[in-house]
Amino acid sequence: MIELTVNGRKHNVDVEPEMPLLWVLRDVLDVKGPKFGCGIAQCGACTVHLNGEPVRSCSVPVSAAANHKVLTIEGLAQRGQLHPVQKAWIDHEVPQCGYCQSGQIMAAVALLAKNRDPSDQDIDAAMTNICRCGTYARIRTAIHAAAKTLKSTKA
Amino acid sequence: MAKTFACKFEPARRRFLKQSAAIGGGLSVGFNIPGALAQKPGAAVEINAWVVIRPDDAIIIRYARSEMGQGSMTSAPMLVAEELECDWRRVKIEYASANANVKRKRAWGDMASVGSRTIRNSQEYLRKAGATAREMLIAAAAQQWGVPASECSASNSFITHGAGGRRLSFGKVADAAAKLEPPKDVKLKDPKDWKLIGKSVKRIDIPDTVVGRQRYGIDVQLPGMLYAAIAQCPVFGGKLKSMDASKVEGRRGIVKVVPLETFVAVVADNWWRAKEALRDVHIEWDVGANGNVSSASLMEFYKGGLDAQSDVATARKDGDFEQAFGSAERKIEAEYYTPYLAHSCLEPMGCTAIVKDGKVELWTSTQNAEASLAVAAATAGVPLENVEVHRVQLGGGFGRRGGAQDFVRQGVAIAKAMEGTPVKMLWTREEDTQHDFYRPASLVRMKAGLDGSGKPVAWYSRVAATSIFETLARVPLKRPFAPADGVDPQSVASLYDLPHAIPNVKVEYAQRTAHVPVGFWRTVGHSQNPFVRESFMDELANAAGKDPYEYRRALLANSPKDLGILEATAKAAGWGQPLPAGVFRGIAETEAYGSYTSAVAELSVDKNGEVNIRRLVLGIDPGYAVNPDNIQAQMQGSSVFMLTAMFWGEITIKEGRVEQSNFHDYRMMRLREMPKVEVVLAPSGGFWGGVGEPGQASIAPAVCNAIFAATGKRVRSLPLKNLGLTLA
Repeated sequence: MIELTVNGRKHNVDVEPEMPLLWVLRDVLDVKGPKFGCGIAQCGACTVHLNGEPVRSCSVPVSAAANHKVLTIEGLAQRGQLHPVQKAWIDHEVPQCGYCQSGQIMAAVALLAKNRDPSDQDIDAAMTNICRCGTYARIRTAIHAAAKTLKSTKA
Repeated sequence: MAKTFACKFEPARRRFLKQSAAIGGGLSVGFNIPGALAQKPGAAVEINAWVVIRPDDAIIIRYARSEMGQGSMTSAPMLVAEELECDWRRVKIEYASANANVKRKRAWGDMASVGSRTIRNSQEYLRKAGATAREMLIAAAAQQWGVPASECSASNSFITHGAGGRRLSFGKVADAAAKLEPPKDVKLKDPKDWKLIGKSVKRIDIPDTVVGRQRYGIDVQLPGMLYAAIAQCPVFGGKLKSMDASKVEGRRGIVKVVPLETFVAVVADNWWRAKEALRDVHIEWDVGANGNVSSASLMEFYKGGLDAQSDVATARKDGDFEQAFGSAERKIEAEYYTPYLAHSCLEPMGCTAIVKDGKVELWTSTQNAEASLAVAAATAGVPLENVEVHRVQLGGGFGRRGGAQDFVRQGVAIAKAMEGTPVKMLWTREEDTQHDFYRPASLVRMKAGLDGSGKPVAWYSRVAATSIFETLARVPLKRPFAPADGVDPQSVASLYDLPHAIPNVKVEYAQRTAHVPVGFWRTVGHSQNPFVRESFMDELANAAGKDPYEYRRALLANSPKDLGILEATAKAAGWGQPLPAGVFRGIAETEAYGSYTSAVAELSVDKNGEVNIRRLVLGIDPGYAVNPDNIQAQMQGSSVFMLTAMFWGEITIKEGRVEQSNFHDYRMMRLREMPKVEVVLAPSGGFWGGVGEPGQASIAPAVCNAIFAATGKRVRSLPLKNLGLTLA
């Protein structure tokens, strides 16, 4: 049995330790927000937070998440309040097909947690997830907008 | 009675799906039969196939096509709502059922989202459906009041009588309205009276997406469901010879190994176990006759098409090309090549199906639910009426999920082998990259003759490529579908319909069928031939010593829409105005899918071959612009899709199989490489053009023409990485 905490809830899963976290989330725990795109940590559609750090869950064995905290897109909104990044994503109509967006949002949230006022260069460096629909320009705009919101709420 | 496998998920914005499925619950499978809605007292009332009204005034507008990010799930219902005169804030959008479409004699018409045609091909019947429902609601209210309908009007989900202001909401009269005979000839609004069309409306599906609640084919979860991973013969057209699954027998979670004609499936209790076990199944393939085909041999094959004296069809013939070319002052000739490309939808191909008691239910990301339904019925050997295709969002489509339906054939075949158990089949990225229906490789020979003033008097194109329509869609290349017998209209798109004033034109098509499967890749023929046409046009302008923009203007004098978008884009880009040292511009213009597009690229190229695109100005005239912000998004997305393809995109073949496998060797553009894109939306009205695909058409030639301006090197073959150029 491997114990992990997903979006604040404890789970015990009986799976192979090398099973990727992504597939434990999706097929065992029915947490479908993180998506499968490549399986080799290239596209980032599977991005979740492991103890606050963004990781590509397709390439993280579940054993590495044992006794740690996993946050997925489903756990981002707090008490029914969308995270400022989610709100900015709606305001700027970022998604197209949307398949990569839970990963993009998790990557953006992690960036803003470390860097309250990211420059374009910071965004370039942090946002390496693939969007096949090409929403990059809006992702950049929305991150800047979310940064502004975060600044004004913390001030 | 078989169990109803209703989807476990319940998208907040589309709860009605579940409600209507429950109403159809008398059937053995949980089909959503919208016709049944009207029969429940107190429930939602169907006014017509597209409009359903609830007593609480919620308006349900049905959507028949697919949503893959192109935004039509919002913009198509906007057309209904415009004429219905309903309160858009109370509109819910519900997918029309593919099964009901079979049973109700195609009440919803074409369900395919392909060819940028959702708006342009359905705008009339959607607006009429809204107007018809509105007239019925008005008539019902007028009857209740005992006044002539002509004294009543509808607005914002209310019917009002005269100036007096007696009002009834749509929900109050929906029951009575549904019983009335629909009017035959409804008058559609004058575009100047539109309230919704032309406004930027928020996409209906986005709120679900940002909280992880959007459901794609891959996300379907059913009670007792098993999972399948598959391996297909690596050489196209090959077959399974033998397999040995003894190594995985009894392994944890492995339920069954299913050998089929062209692939092997491992069925397990989760997908990862199935995929891992597949690696330990020893498979021998009969690769057939194509085991030695390579990119080099394919190039020779297409070259043969350029030189052939026979098996060549003439797509267009104006005047006498040979005579005019022979006597031209200057002659210019060139060959252009565009490679095979994979779609690389971020959601890999997949299909979840259950085959039980002669019925099939499937959940799959499809661009054409009707085609999925037909393929499922044929594969399972059941009548069309016994199949339902549950609708989900697509994790990208780009043409991959329309015509081929190979994933449905596979998913249903596996489910048939596991009769009674729902099975979710999912491809790996590697399968997805190596078993696509690729954008065809195309080799094109161009010739032009100029007169003394530099004007083209003779123009020739010959395309050698595999026909998508004949090999995939199985459409015979005959008139009137084809521009001429033996010509695939997509293979010669943008060439045979050349709008320029050139008196002698000859366009030929050498159909050459290779073993590499080809399909509709976003923008199809217009994704490659505009690169050829507009680059060659630049060669002519350069040979004539003319400004490439002015050169085009002169040739488009009698093509006002082409000219209009060319001028609007050039103006926005500041064509002709001075640029900083080392920065150069390129321009191009093309019609595609009923819309007119133009692009101006502004860039520099450094000594290491790094192309720094400072600005990409992208113009489009779609006639009417239904949802402007969405068009903006499509143009931005088209830029990324095309820049990815032109810089890096190339599928190569070795020993009959694809060499690339995943995103490490089939490169996608990233955020840091995204240039500044400025969209010039210039709707001139009077026609309905597409917006999902046209944006790509003019980008490659504009960028390559700017590269020529910067370096003096003419790009005649893509991708640019092969020329030592990369995107900064």
